[in-house]
Amino acid sequence: MALLKLLKKSPISARIGMVIVLLNILAAIFVPVIAPYGETEIVSDVWMEMSEDHLLGTDHIGRDLYTRMLYGARNTISIAFLITILSFTVGSICGFFAATLGGWVDLALSRVVDIMMAFPTLIFALMVLSIVGTSPFALVIVIALLDSTRVYRLSRAVAMDIEVMEYVEAARLRGEKIWWLMRHEILPNSLPPLVAEFGLRFCFVFLFIASLSFLGLGIQPPAADWGGMVRENAGAITFGIFIPLWPAAAIATLTVGVNLIVDWFLHLSSGLED
Amino acid sequence: MSEILNIKKLVIEGLTGEEWIPIVKGVDLTLNRGEVLGLIGESGAGKSTIGLASMGYTRQGCRIASASINFDGMELFGASESMLRKIRSTRIAYVAQSAAASFNPAHRLIKQYAEAPVQHGLMNFSQAAKNATEIYERLLMPDPEKIGYRYPHQVSGGQLQRAMVAMAMSCQPDLIIFDEPTTALDVTTQIEVLTAIKEVARQHNTAAIYITHDLAVVAQLADRIMVLRNGDLVEENDCRKMLAEPKEEYTQELLAVRNISKGKDLSTLKDDVILEVKNVTASYGGVVNVVEDIDLSIKKGRTIALVGESGSGKSTLARVITGLLPPIKGTIEYEGTSLAPALKNRDKESLRKMQMIYQMPDTALNPRQKVRKIIGRPLSFYFGLNHKAQEDKILELLDQIELPANYIDRYPPELSGGEKQRVCIARALAAKPDLIICDEVTSALDQLVAKEILKLLQNLQNKLNVSYLFITHDLATVKAISDEIVVMLQGRIVEHGTRDEILAPPHHEYTELLLSSVPEMDPDWLENLLVKRAANG
Repeated sequence: MALLKLLKKSPISARIGMVIVLLNILAAIFVPVIAPYGETEIVSDVWMEMSEDHLLGTDHIGRDLYTRMLYGARNTISIAFLITILSFTVGSICGFFAATLGGWVDLALSRVVDIMMAFPTLIFALMVLSIVGTSPFALVIVIALLDSTRVYRLSRAVAMDIEVMEYVEAARLRGEKIWWLMRHEILPNSLPPLVAEFGLRFCFVFLFIASLSFLGLGIQPPAADWGGMVRENAGAITFGIFIPLWPAAAIATLTVGVNLIVDWFLHLSSGLED
Repeated sequence: MSEILNIKKLVIEGLTGEEWIPIVKGVDLTLNRGEVLGLIGESGAGKSTIGLASMGYTRQGCRIASASINFDGMELFGASESMLRKIRSTRIAYVAQSAAASFNPAHRLIKQYAEAPVQHGLMNFSQAAKNATEIYERLLMPDPEKIGYRYPHQVSGGQLQRAMVAMAMSCQPDLIIFDEPTTALDVTTQIEVLTAIKEVARQHNTAAIYITHDLAVVAQLADRIMVLRNGDLVEENDCRKMLAEPKEEYTQELLAVRNISKGKDLSTLKDDVILEVKNVTASYGGVVNVVEDIDLSIKKGRTIALVGESGSGKSTLARVITGLLPPIKGTIEYEGTSLAPALKNRDKESLRKMQMIYQMPDTALNPRQKVRKIIGRPLSFYFGLNHKAQEDKILELLDQIELPANYIDRYPPELSGGEKQRVCIARALAAKPDLIICDEVTSALDQLVAKEILKLLQNLQNKLNVSYLFITHDLATVKAISDEIVVMLQGRIVEHGTRDEILAPPHHEYTELLLSSVPEMDPDWLENLLVKRAANG
């Protein structure tokens, strides 16, 4: 297996990254099985110390923090993943279209993207979300669209480079339709930079949700999410209780983990290995 | 004669992955003052690497593993950087292949000329400028007083290459290394540069190493020739002796490259015209007409060669024919019916009948598609073949282009340049075309490989009766394979006729210039030509 061989050759940093990401994914999938309590179940006193009953202590209204962390992984990761997928689909399809068609299609799409990028993302998201409300659905759509502008920029630039290659011209001369050109000629060749970007954008989306939650516009309570948990428990810090550091550390760890993998992938696709 | 350079047991290694692999394997080289040594070989032979090593330099990722490089009594291998810096450009100079890429576009020529002598404290700027004018004059540059004050983009390619030779001469070095200085030039400009180099070497008694893959070019300049292959010396001899009686088989092959015979009886062919270009004018953005009033007809089973220098509009004409660039004026007719000017309005069937092969096989094949998909796609696209029939047909095509059947599962980066070009040919053939447009298909390939590709194209034509529109600037290729020749100059056709008509006198003035500029394997060719041209005024 080529993949297994590749994994065997992977550097230690990438392996650490993979372990982190894998643990998070497993946690997200198997929460109902491994979580000792329910997601919103109040089980004890407020801000309890770590103990055998409560591995990471309890939060500001007495819910088990370990359970909340696990559910938080599920909510945050799944929504971030969904948003990244969506933004990549929209962004790269538009970017490829702009590059292959050129002309007014390119002009129109690029100017719209310019306008969207002219606003600071967080302000724009806050504005839109306070208008349309903070349902998970709205959250996903708004962040995905905002994020797709950056994907558009990248995929358009990459596709422009590929578009001038003679194999694309050969396919055009053959009479291939635009979808075929995009799917078979451009997409496979633009994959390495796009996959690397996927990892990075996933991190940004993830942090973005966390900051939105921290501001109260992200995933809504009582659903657990890491950003929201930092906010809810922020007051504990003043009492010298390090409860909010746990979700913060989780955010940081996952971000670092994904980046470690992306770094390795970038290194591989840059051809420095071969 | 005294010895200026003596290299013994030169071993150079290149870093591949994590291993050092020898790329030059123990070559000895000696050079006397005033002598010109030609280094000949295909790409990967180690010519440039040896050339650079004689100044004690290697490219990044290479290292001199062991050697003794004795330059005028000094050992360069393992010498200190400061000593090497002193020697380079004052005692040894280097002329690179692409002058356009080697000049700094932001500075005037004369400033770049003066940089080395001023930097090394040999003279001040005004002295250097005076010297430059002298050398420019000797190199027959137009307006030698002023040309130095131009920027690199304001002079032609040939002039720029000569300016680079002048630059190499600026410190009056004992040795100049010429690394393919004329490869990127048209034949007519090549003559200017060759003459300049010859002149300079003679007048200053400068020793030179001349690196090229073209034996005919080196024959004009070199006193002695070394033939290299895969980092080893194949043969070394006096220039005239080598050309007269090459000993090694490989050298003989290199010498024979230019003689491919056509071996086709034209009289058996019917005069069915398949493609007619009528009165076509085209331009990019409507500003300047790149091609003007072109009339051209291509007959079935024939090879028509489109010849001209770079910028003459050859490739543009191909783009017009394929529909990539709709013409401003004129029509393109295919078997009597006129084709839509723009590609997107043409039907599948007319697209199928015209296929294209490109100059750079590296960029003409999608690196992420296997050979199976590259050749298979036209089959399913045009003929709707099912999986089994497609597989059989691909194998048949692989057989036709003389590649083994197991190549079907390879990706393009796993193929050599010649093999890639073969796959390009198979992709074109898969559409069962009547006409294949070949755009400089051999110019990116080594001579022996190019010869094989030409042979293959010839065989395929004999078998399949397909027509070729062969775009090239290489007249040797034209002589080898064409039936008809069209000569283009500045977007217009200046002469048109059968091969024998065009190649036999009397010629059009420009055709004459083109034909006479192709170097021949005769050491006296350049001298004779210059004498003849001088006599004709």
